[in-house]
Amino acid sequence: MTTVDLADPPVTNPFTGTTDLPRAAEGWTQLVTPDGRLHPDVDVDRDALGRLTRDLYRGMRLARRLDDEAFALQRQGELGLWLQCRGQEAAQVGSVAAVRADDYVFPSYREHAAALWRGIGPADLLRQWRGVAHSGWDPEPYSFHIYTLVLAAQLLHATGYALGVQRDGSDTVVVTYFGDGAASEGDASEAMNIAAVNAAPMVFFCQNNQWAISTPTASQTRTPIHRRGAGFGLRSEWVDGNDVLAVYAVTSAVTEHARAGAGPAIVEATTYRMGGHSTSDDPTRYRTDDELEAWRARDPLARVEALMRAEGWSDETFLGQIQAEADELADRTRRECLALTAPDLADAFATVLSDVPQLLREERDAFVAYRGSFLD
Amino acid sequence: MSVQQFRLPDVGEGLTEAEIVTWRVAPGDPVGLNDILVDIETAKAVVELPSPYAGVVDRLLAEEGQTVEVGSPIIAIRTGGDADAAPDAASPPAEEPAEEPAEERTAVLVGYGVSAQARTRRPRRATPSVRPAEPARRPHTSRPPVLTKPPLRKLAKDLGVELADVRGSGPGGRITRQDLLDHTTGPAPVAEHRSDERLPVRGVRKATAAAMVASAFTAPHVTEFLTVDMTGTVEFVDRLKQDPSFQGIKVSPLLVASLALLDAIRRHPDVNARWDEENQEIVRFADVNLGIAAATPRGLLVPNVKAAQTLPVRDLAVALNELAATAREGRTRPADLAGGTVTITNIGVFGVDAGTPILNPGEAAILCLGALRRMPWVVDEQVVPRWTVQLSLSFDHRLVDGELGSRVLAHVGRFLEDPLWGLALR
Repeated sequence: MTTVDLADPPVTNPFTGTTDLPRAAEGWTQLVTPDGRLHPDVDVDRDALGRLTRDLYRGMRLARRLDDEAFALQRQGELGLWLQCRGQEAAQVGSVAAVRADDYVFPSYREHAAALWRGIGPADLLRQWRGVAHSGWDPEPYSFHIYTLVLAAQLLHATGYALGVQRDGSDTVVVTYFGDGAASEGDASEAMNIAAVNAAPMVFFCQNNQWAISTPTASQTRTPIHRRGAGFGLRSEWVDGNDVLAVYAVTSAVTEHARAGAGPAIVEATTYRMGGHSTSDDPTRYRTDDELEAWRARDPLARVEALMRAEGWSDETFLGQIQAEADELADRTRRECLALTAPDLADAFATVLSDVPQLLREERDAFVAYRGSFLD
Repeated sequence: MSVQQFRLPDVGEGLTEAEIVTWRVAPGDPVGLNDILVDIETAKAVVELPSPYAGVVDRLLAEEGQTVEVGSPIIAIRTGGDADAAPDAASPPAEEPAEEPAEERTAVLVGYGVSAQARTRRPRRATPSVRPAEPARRPHTSRPPVLTKPPLRKLAKDLGVELADVRGSGPGGRITRQDLLDHTTGPAPVAEHRSDERLPVRGVRKATAAAMVASAFTAPHVTEFLTVDMTGTVEFVDRLKQDPSFQGIKVSPLLVASLALLDAIRRHPDVNARWDEENQEIVRFADVNLGIAAATPRGLLVPNVKAAQTLPVRDLAVALNELAATAREGRTRPADLAGGTVTITNIGVFGVDAGTPILNPGEAAILCLGALRRMPWVVDEQVVPRWTVQLSLSFDHRLVDGELGSRVLAHVGRFLEDPLWGLALR
């Protein structure tokens, strides 16, 4: 059995130096049409583009499989909650693949595809939702912060971190993910404003998935979210969020822009949340089957499959190999999930302060003694 | 082979139960991991549950339409080696997971998920003590201590039940009141799932309710009772039945009671009246529009015979017959229902003796006839069997005093005891 390598695959950017990216009639940047045709103006090294496409496809495919398995585990009572990323794989994988492995990411709570790309494994992704830990992983090795459930709070964390990076003189760029609902929070405006004023090395990546739980985007904002950038003084981009190559190209461009000291950017990736807001949500109560079907026709994975077929970038062997990897990941996800057990509460005392004071030690000892007083 | 049970999970952060909507599998069906087993409806949504096991469905443990508590097993799935073997219909169904593994907690569901067992307080170790250890009270008891509440210990003592013999179904084997009662009487039959029926109130039911409430809470009711010897009435009814002029006409004691009431009203016209609250007047009716309460397909209706006091006996009998027939067929006209001045209700047809009738709104009196019964009666100092009936008369005390009401009821009774006397004096 193969072991899925979750290490961030090396990707070469075929778009380096490309300035004008093609746009679709909607006005957003789009390189591949929903039926999988590459825009004729895309003039890059086809071999490099093919390799990139296959890597991105693999990341998306693995993410979807993990997402599906986690959803099933929740329905089987093994997770308390799960927030599906289904439908948003292109926006997440395309963007995270476009930044450097040491560029620091501040996610929201649905960025499983981005996290998986960074090498964060199933156990780490699931433990928080199984209720055995407050958060999933140590952010440092992955340059990927823990999930933030407080809406838009991570935009402020990211901005603060970016100001620190700036003062350190590092060339790291900070990327933060948020949604159309979080964009309505005051924190979002504050973060964008202060980032722009300080020319912080940042990318504000908005996955506009059309629904803030049950509130549609139309009820959130009069102007498209990317147009707010002008008001704050951010570079603004609008991209077809279900076109993984377009997301990759746009994110590459704005990241290098920020890295060069030219200031932060906002990217609005128009995409769609194919599942409910969470496993506790019933989306059939507020949106129509027709809408879901329309977006199903824009499925980000199907688009890449059609492209690879048309361009001769995929074959049975490749697809079979990805399938085998996905199955193995699903199996591993289930196995690791079921193996997650509740932590030793005594450990909680050890992680409050790095230098444990006397009082806390006494409280820990008292707790351990109390616990030891039980028969089982 | 092993049988795994899938317990209803909490799929929505704090739900306690769900309804089984549709089973997608049946016993004997092979299922793969994550195949959809069932649709359940929670307080939040209809949700599909995927199978956590690959194998063959052994048994469904909950029925469609059943509401199941989170944590209850809903399906048993055979996994492993001979999972493909068809379920043996002849063999008795495996009773609850014989080997309900206490160690099922390995795959324990955490967080909001299902816990196989309710949390209970854990037993404490003996507190380390400076005192010398006392000898254990019951060193030779191999049975674990019985868990239950003090009132149930008392109840068990009263019932003479040894608690250690009772199987506890509560958390941690705790004995519940039901366990105790089941132990003494055997388990109660499993209650069917029954729910209250809610019927919309409309039509006659609605009108009846409104009328009765209006009447009961505006007119102060007084009810008086009188038991009378009906033998004379019964004989009189028999005579009329044999009379050629009453050929084909149904004659009953109700006719005689109607004649009696009409005669009483002739003598005491103040009882055929109504209280006019608005004008602060008492309206004495010119005619007696005699209402007869009738149980009809549409509900309780009180059609009346207009100007009943003007009708000869035969015509009154015909009118009462028509009234009853029309009401039974559900063809009573609104005009028949309007304008009643006094009412007779014959609850005796239902086999009961007396009631305290509520006035038809806008009327001052209502006479209630009980069942006609053979009863011992004193005649000429001899106890003899006679036909008897109990009368009750409710009246509106705003305009009918006890004296008037009593006179009316007494006259009705006298008339029924001797109808010829009544008719002769008319």
